[in-house]
Amino acid sequence: MPKKYETPLLDELEKGPFPSFVTEIKKAAAKSDMAADELGQLEKSYRDKRGYWKHGGIVGVRGYGSGVIGRYSSLPDEFPNVANFHTVRINSIAGFFYTSKFLKEACDIWDKYGSGLTNLHGSTGDLVLLGTNTENLEPIFAEFSSRGWDLGGSGSAMRTPSCCVGPARCEWSNIDTLDITYSITQEWQDEMHRPAFPYKFKFKTAGCAVDCIASIARADCSIIGTWKGNIAVDQTEVANYAKNGMNIQEEIVNMCPSKCMSYDGKELKINDADCVRCMHCIAKMTKALKPTGEKGATILIGSKAPFVIGATLSWVIVPFMKMEPPYDEFKDLIRKMWEFWDEHGKNRERIGELIIRKGMREFLEYIGVEPQAQQVKEPRRDPFFFWTEADLQK
Amino acid sequence: MEKEEVKKKIYELVEKSMGKKKLKSSDIQKTISAEAGISRDEVKDALKDLIDEGKLIYTYFGGSFVEIPPK
Ligand code: HEM
Ligand code: HEM
Ligand code: SF4
Ligand code: SF4
Repeated sequence: MPKKYETPLLDELEKGPFPSFVTEIKKAAAKSDMAADELGQLEKSYRDKRGYWKHGGIVGVRGYGSGVIGRYSSLPDEFPNVANFHTVRINSIAGFFYTSKFLKEACDIWDKYGSGLTNLHGSTGDLVLLGTNTENLEPIFAEFSSRGWDLGGSGSAMRTPSCCVGPARCEWSNIDTLDITYSITQEWQDEMHRPAFPYKFKFKTAGCAVDCIASIARADCSIIGTWKGNIAVDQTEVANYAKNGMNIQEEIVNMCPSKCMSYDGKELKINDADCVRCMHCIAKMTKALKPTGEKGATILIGSKAPFVIGATLSWVIVPFMKMEPPYDEFKDLIRKMWEFWDEHGKNRERIGELIIRKGMREFLEYIGVEPQAQQVKEPRRDPFFFWTEADLQK
Repeated sequence: MEKEEVKKKIYELVEKSMGKKKLKSSDIQKTISAEAGISRDEVKDALKDLIDEGKLIYTYFGGSFVEIPPK
């Protein structure tokens, strides 16, 4: 019978209408010593207003430098069952399609070897198993790999790539997000399991600018589906939206970020040359509007959560690229970027930070991409322009 | 250069810097490929063997490093 701790402070977090992680940990703590001590230590943290976890050290199973995140309690005498409390990341499947059979098996494995606490899915996209000890790592890995699963990324490595559900369920997808994610995963197994980068590198792929996977804010490389043709307008459906109470001027035309739409009460017009493919109008008037023409993706670089320079969104490097298997053009571009980063990046410097430090010019020259208007994230704030010798000769 | 020889060089490099500077995989690749005049892929391949044999391991201290496993 696991030890029971009084948790008056944590109990506060069970109040209110939302799901509570405390309730979930309590459920696990009823049968797991590990989850029970986790709860006890957490209560103490809340009481003392400080964290009692140490981080780092061991990182994997034999041959891997990724996939396991070492956690240790700094109070092992008081909470012996969480003296080791490592996190295991399982490489999630593209689009998060699991069979219930697998999920049940995963839970059984985790009840046997770990705390029973899971997180589907972490912001890295992995299926996250929270809390096990060092001896259990190899058996856990054996259980999962014998079923065809693998560990995900952690540390200075390519992280588990993830994507929106894409063409599997969504009509707006301009690219096969699932296949791209699978192809990236297979292509760069060593980059994921054998950390050799200056820091982490995340790929996230969204089928369109609605960006359900939030790739623009959460990935060093955001791949976002887009199209080249016009937006086809079905005026009868436009009239239906109006009849059903949509204020087209307010909700659609005025909200268009590039101000390229107009509506005279009868006809909706789009100046496609100015459209930035933001998806706002299409997502609102699904039946009336749809993209046409060539499909592909915009490749963006650089987003990360606040750290050295504050939160950053990805910005455009390649405005339009065809994304068809085996994605050689894309992969060659990424390899060039990684080379640049390997050459110049400091320890713990994300690729976006490096580009900001070095400048877009040097980066673009290195990777062999022409400067283009779409790459401009914001206007320059200084009046100086440094001409190269080549520029002056022109 | 024979792979065994590259592995030996890598191991010695990691051993030599133990307790002084933690080496990243890319440090090892850059140093050995320059010293031995071989490609980085060759160094990577030899390092992969050392890791798979358990002679070297990856550790994490704010970034990923390659080290000799504790006895
Ligand atoms: C020793 C204690 C712990 C430390 C030092 C720690 C620290 C961290 C760090 C550094 C990350 C990675 C952030 C990144 O990817 O950049 C992380 C992720 C995470 N941790 Fe913890 N953590 C600890 C324990 C826990 C516990 C007890 C829970 C929940 C009960 C938890 C839940 C999570 C979740 C859900 C994520 C996100 C996973 C993901 O994004 O893939 N962690 N933690
Ligand atoms: C070719 C050489 C130089 C160029 C192109 C240059 C250009 C500029 C420019 C554009 C400004 C901003 C003016 C404004 O917006 O108000 C400025 C300000 C200034 N420069 Fe220079 N500068 C040069 C050389 C120098 C040198 C040699 C010195 C000092 C020995 C100097 C000292 C300053 C100072 C103190 C200011 C600030 C003035 C203020 O804001 O009150 N500059 N410079
Ligand atoms: S990002 Fe676009 S394509 Fe992907 S699921 Fe969302 S709406 Fe659909
Ligand atoms: S997709 Fe966005 S930019 Fe293009 S017309 Fe619609 S709202 Fe305007």
